[in-house]
Amino acid sequence: MDTLSNYIFPNEFHITWTVMIVLYPYITGMVAGAFIVSSFYHVFNMEKLKTVARFALVSSLAFLLFATVPLLNHLGRPERAFYIMMTPNFSSAMSGFGFIYSFYMIIVVLEIWLSYRVEIIDKYNKSNGIVKFIYLVVLLGNANDNENTRRFDKRLVIALASFGIPVACILHGYVGFLFGSIKANPWWSTPLMFIIFIFSAIVSGLAVLIFLYQFVHWMRKRSIDQDCLDLMAKWLWGFMIIAVTLELMEVLSISYENTERWAILRQLIDGKLKLSYVYLQIGLFSIVPFIMLTITSLSKMKNTKVKNLTIWIASVMLLLQVLFMRWNVVIGGQLVSKSMRGFTEYFPGLWDKEGLIVSFLIILVPFVLLYLFDKVFPFFGEKSH
Amino acid sequence: MEKIERRQFIKLGLFSTAGILVGSFFAFAKTEKDIEVNSYEDLLKFDWGYIVDTTRCIGCGSCVRACKVENEVPEGYFRTWVERFEITKDETVYVDSPKGAIEGFNRDNAQTAEIVKAFFVPKLCNHCYDAPCIQVCPVGASYRSPDKVVLVDKEHCVGCGYCVQACPYGVRYINEEKGVADKCTLCYHRIQKGLAPACVNSCPRNARIYGNLKDPNSEINKVLHQRRYGLLKPDLGTNPKCFYIGLDKEVK
Repeated sequence: MDTLSNYIFPNEFHITWTVMIVLYPYITGMVAGAFIVSSFYHVFNMEKLKTVARFALVSSLAFLLFATVPLLNHLGRPERAFYIMMTPNFSSAMSGFGFIYSFYMIIVVLEIWLSYRVEIIDKYNKSNGIVKFIYLVVLLGNANDNENTRRFDKRLVIALASFGIPVACILHGYVGFLFGSIKANPWWSTPLMFIIFIFSAIVSGLAVLIFLYQFVHWMRKRSIDQDCLDLMAKWLWGFMIIAVTLELMEVLSISYENTERWAILRQLIDGKLKLSYVYLQIGLFSIVPFIMLTITSLSKMKNTKVKNLTIWIASVMLLLQVLFMRWNVVIGGQLVSKSMRGFTEYFPGLWDKEGLIVSFLIILVPFVLLYLFDKVFPFFGEKSH
Repeated sequence: MEKIERRQFIKLGLFSTAGILVGSFFAFAKTEKDIEVNSYEDLLKFDWGYIVDTTRCIGCGSCVRACKVENEVPEGYFRTWVERFEITKDETVYVDSPKGAIEGFNRDNAQTAEIVKAFFVPKLCNHCYDAPCIQVCPVGASYRSPDKVVLVDKEHCVGCGYCVQACPYGVRYINEEKGVADKCTLCYHRIQKGLAPACVNSCPRNARIYGNLKDPNSEINKVLHQRRYGLLKPDLGTNPKCFYIGLDKEVK
């Protein structure tokens, strides 16, 4: 039987989760991804990544600090936000959020503190008065620096980084689970969801590091560590292949199973999500960067300028790919009526409380924070070098 | 003499203070007794269930209006609504629920085609035994009362909207003014006093029946024993407690 009327339940005219909930997994994705990149160096001894290891770690923290902002902006009663830790209902996938988030924050802050300890001690020794006191407080009163303390700190960093990998996967995998476990929603409900989220997190983490690393070096007219960039680009290529394949496999398996839900999801993909999913997420922002990264990874391009520019454009496109993926999951899933007979509409307003300007500011703030951090502790050595 | 007077004064003071304390204790104890609160043990004797007889509904929308007034349901949202299904000769299904049918229906849907089957289906919270909304609430603000009604603690809800996503029936919404989740309470304030929910009370065709599933002699059990009924989306394992008589396969 065919349905002609586009029927949705009367409570479904406004979607519940707005673009704020698109930003949250996008930002945590970059958190988890950037952290995993820094762990490649610390745990798996990939020396080539040393250049970006600490930068990745601090980026992770900068995004982590603002991951909760869109959530708080979205909550109906933000003043009750801490109830999630005070009275958690452990049958809810969401209840673990506060604990996982805090735990991860502790790991990242500790790791940054330990890996910057030598620099902080150096600043402490060179400064005077109140600034010296502030550095002493940051050092927790211990300004000892010798071979033994450095070795001990390094060991702790390795331990924290190894421990942090599963926690980063949990932090982001659980965001995927949060969607994937909603049986009421045909577009979300799949056990693949949390795996897709982990891989797309790594893609966005690698992409944002490549994007920033090259951008900063171009702005400062400094030479790029080609080995490091090539390795990151190769990793990005590999992880984007896995992420996009998983995304496509999910839709393929739903369509092949051809159950009741495919009847409505087919209309969703062919209708409301045609532009943002088919043309943009899969077409432009997956296939094109895949071709670009295949060329830069496999062929011996002698012109590094062209090569690096190609890598940079591919990383920007993949950042957009992940953003569209989040949009298509979070918003796309809510466009489908639970009556299975129609679709609702959504587009964020420009100046709304949960609109586009606010979204843009939330995305921008971590980058400003990174800029300020770089003023105090330059990521890639002093400018004069 | 003076000493005795002082002693008497203290005695008087002590006695009067004790008197006020004891007296006020009784006074407060008495007002507590005046409030009609069913004890936990009393509530355990109930398991509220609901029947929608789709064969009787005429789509007048009285229930929707009654609910709106009784529960101050915000504009644009519904705790209950009525859907109209029209199936034409060429087997096309037309479904609509203009403004939740708060003003009933006009003859304006499938005008061109020949309708072979048509019926109305009132919808409301199914008060599921295995409610996904309770499962997903991160702070435990969605809960099941001892008499098995699914409720929201508005003093505790953070307004995250996860329950709205988890409900397969679309009966929940975020009350934008209060910033918390909201839904049908089966008129909990009324059923506690022995009154029928507003929608049941206002239905002119007795298409809505509510009652205690734990009482073998209740009307709801009698009807359930006589009639054949269906559940909405039974495959999702929510175990809904809203039983639909004459449910068509097109209703989801």
